[in-house]
Amino acid sequence: MSESLATVSYLGATILFILCLGGLSHPETSRRGNLYGIIGMTIAVLATVFGPRVGGAGYAWIIAAMVVGASIGVYAARTVQMTQMPELVALMHSLVGLAAMLVGFANYIDPAASAEMSGAEKTIHEIEIYVGILIGAVTFSGSVIAFGKLSGKISGNPMLLPARHWINLAGLLVVIWFGREFINAHSVSDGMLPLVVMTVIALLFGIHMVMAIGGADMPVVVSMLNSYSGWAAAATGFMLSNDLLIVTGALVGSSGAILSYIMCAAMNRHFISVIAGGFGTTGGTPAAAGAQPAGEVVAISAPDTAELLREAKNVIIVPGYGMAVAQAQHTVYEITKLLREKGINVRFGIHPVAGRMPGHMNVLLAEAKVPYDIVQEMDELNDDFPQTDVAMIIGANDIVNPGAQDDPNSPIAGMPVLEVWKAKTSIVMKRSMASGYAGVDNPLFYKENNRMLFGDAKKMLDEVLASLKS
Amino acid sequence: MPMKIGVPKETAPGEKRVATVPEVVEKLIKLGFSVAVESGAGDLANISDDVYRAAGAEIVTDAASLWSSSDIVFKVRGPSSEEVGLLREGGTLVSFIWPAQNPELLQQLAARKATVLAMDSVPRISRAQKLDALSSMANIAGYRAVIEAAHHFGRFFTGQITAAGKVPPAKVFVIGAGVAGLAAIGAASGLGAIVRANDTRPEVADQVKSMGGEFVAVDYQEEGSGVGGYAKVMSEGFQKAQRETFAKQAREVDIIITTALIPGKPAPRLITAEMVQSMKPGSIIVDMAAEQGGNCELTEPGQVVVRHGVTIIGYSDLPSRLSKQSSTLYATNLFRLSEELCKSKDGVIDVNMDDEVIRGTTVVKEGKITWPPPAPTLSMAPAAAPAAAAVKPAAKSHGHGKGGAAASSTAVGLLFAAGALIFWGIGAGAPAAFLGHFTVFVLACFVGYMVVWNVTPALHTPLMSVTNAISSIIAIGALVQIAPPLAEGVARPEAWIRWLAVAAIVLATINMFGGFAVTQRMLAMFRK
Repeated sequence: MSESLATVSYLGATILFILCLGGLSHPETSRRGNLYGIIGMTIAVLATVFGPRVGGAGYAWIIAAMVVGASIGVYAARTVQMTQMPELVALMHSLVGLAAMLVGFANYIDPAASAEMSGAEKTIHEIEIYVGILIGAVTFSGSVIAFGKLSGKISGNPMLLPARHWINLAGLLVVIWFGREFINAHSVSDGMLPLVVMTVIALLFGIHMVMAIGGADMPVVVSMLNSYSGWAAAATGFMLSNDLLIVTGALVGSSGAILSYIMCAAMNRHFISVIAGGFGTTGGTPAAAGAQPAGEVVAISAPDTAELLREAKNVIIVPGYGMAVAQAQHTVYEITKLLREKGINVRFGIHPVAGRMPGHMNVLLAEAKVPYDIVQEMDELNDDFPQTDVAMIIGANDIVNPGAQDDPNSPIAGMPVLEVWKAKTSIVMKRSMASGYAGVDNPLFYKENNRMLFGDAKKMLDEVLASLKS
Repeated sequence: MPMKIGVPKETAPGEKRVATVPEVVEKLIKLGFSVAVESGAGDLANISDDVYRAAGAEIVTDAASLWSSSDIVFKVRGPSSEEVGLLREGGTLVSFIWPAQNPELLQQLAARKATVLAMDSVPRISRAQKLDALSSMANIAGYRAVIEAAHHFGRFFTGQITAAGKVPPAKVFVIGAGVAGLAAIGAASGLGAIVRANDTRPEVADQVKSMGGEFVAVDYQEEGSGVGGYAKVMSEGFQKAQRETFAKQAREVDIIITTALIPGKPAPRLITAEMVQSMKPGSIIVDMAAEQGGNCELTEPGQVVVRHGVTIIGYSDLPSRLSKQSSTLYATNLFRLSEELCKSKDGVIDVNMDDEVIRGTTVVKEGKITWPPPAPTLSMAPAAAPAAAAVKPAAKSHGHGKGGAAASSTAVGLLFAAGALIFWGIGAGAPAAFLGHFTVFVLACFVGYMVVWNVTPALHTPLMSVTNAISSIIAIGALVQIAPPLAEGVARPEAWIRWLAVAAIVLATINMFGGFAVTQRMLAMFRK
């Protein structure tokens, strides 16, 4: 295959990737979108393998490596539980980061790659290698920690080192200083030391950054790492002078950046403050800062909940991370089906940061076969709560906290929330009275029209379902 | 010094309601007030003095001492002129007043230097719904209207097929789908009748359906919504079309319940004598507007009469006929008002005229007549609603709308300046080959930005997994390193590079296959 033909194939692959992302604008077109992505990837890989830059000696290696990778990948995709999606996505980000690191190192020790370069061109090439490895390393270690946190292998609480901002700043300065050393190095062996030192610092930085971020901020972290994995690919593209890598990396990078932005907007927080970590540490103890809600908490039993649901005309269910933890989505669907058969209008209200990953709740509900047209965004149904008879909150807390609107001292003040308290009755399913992730007491629990259904979400919903059926 | 709330026995003939109930007495005491109830006040609502006493109220035997010892008096009906005389100078009264119909009463109360809050003047805004006694009474009246009709009606409401033959369901026609009308629709359809309803405001059609009724539209184009969600007087042409619709319904249905009222005007005459004549013998008309003159020409207010074989019920005390229920709801409305008046919970009221709800409700403030209040700032059905609705989807098409949010012009200016500086720096120092790639990179960022904003939030997880799969394009970087065609004489640490590249290929391929496969699996689950 000639150089031009390879370039044209790359162009085709680029277009297919753009169509792939465009297809996700609607569930109807999304499957075709994914197919475009697969075709694009196939074209890109074939054009490269049979292109002018791969000699016949490499085929055996390539086939062996791809067979191994493909079998692991397909196996993982087949076996993963939908509730484990956040972990899987985080883990896969780490693979991209690691691959970017390895490619960067391989490129640096390859004298052929920079043989014809000199002057500014060579400097730029070295900066590209340096930056590529840097981003790759941060993505890798950050994603591994995110994986650990999401899968529960590492505590979800933010780990806050003293003077952590200064540590990060010092790391950055060291990285820049070694970058200068690296560019000034005359031979590969001279440059290796700064490169390795920088890699180690970048790895530590990635670990430190994600360790400082708590569980409920994970949607931001996961989408940010998604963005980084894209930038890592783009940096590799610059290093190898490969436009396809640059374009694809930029697409992925901007996609992740937009998701991070959406998640931050949904929490009314600045990107910087999420990344700097330590939610709720700035204002001392947040619970003391906000007004303590007063009043009584009224508990309700599962049969009474079923009774309320049966009498209702409009029901909105607000799921949160608790539903994912309890694996309650299938029972939720059973209840929904039963209520819909009785002619009750049941809908789902999804807060953008519900769960541990953008769109987490949608995937879980889709897995349970809930039709996507009754799963709505916060903005779509927030005005409908006054006409709603029952709002059922399953394992969510901060995203339904009226304090975000009423109490300017609340640490989550200004965060958009689902206005469940405007419904005639709201039922909160919760294991105990413990406060949510943000450590804020929730005045919703003390509202007169609110009822608490204590217990494990799955178990209680099973009871509700049984009472509904009887 | 906490204030004392006095609740006298209602004196109007036939009035069975009472302005407070024991459960509310407890809550009022929690707000800091002390409560006195006239002996026998709750008798007709089946609430004995003992129950009030148990709830913490003081029982006062005669009306005069109750009135004179109370700082605030809670009543249902407006006071008679004797009762006005009993009201303490500078005292506070809360009851139905109907200031438009009773200007003399207002003058009398003003002369007592009283502060008067009229439960019929609560503004119709969402915040005030919990103290809207008109709605809670209308709800009861609508229900009771159906019960009264059922009582006089000689047949089942629900259709049945029995061994003794087939019973057709009763047909009920409800005119006016306000709170009372909707309650009547709900009650009648609950009993199994076929319910139709009409209203001059077309937007209530959905509410009628939600209560189990069928909306009968008048075939004439005119918007019937007035200020505050009430109906207004309609044009001549509309009224003619309306009469034709009603005449047709009168021939078909068994029961007509009319609830049509226009604020401050006599009730519209909607059912003529001929329409009554055309109805089947044994049919029922419940005229819920009897007190304001009636929607039916033949209505006798307060009476049940039979005209042309049709029973016409003109009771004007329907809520009072469900005295326990209406007392409870009315008392709760009063409690909500007390909460608004006494935010400090120390048993002292503050008639804050800056509060929209309290301003609207107060008709006399310390002897000065403050009725009517300034026009409400917010109508329940804004006239511009259709226009606003048309704009909204356009803004929505952005996916989130936030993507296109305009920044301030200085910020934009700074951003452009910074961008220009960076571009100049790159252009001055970088070689041509780099610039080519840089162009591609910047454009791709923009394409990604545009495309991703269109992704529906429901698919954010698949978006992440598919972008993740796509980012395994990095495999290409490894592929080209495995065995590139080498120029003569270039030595290369083959083994090192090969192993690094092979490892990178394995990692990227896991991602590639895993990412696409899991995305496919997820997307397959999204279905209607």
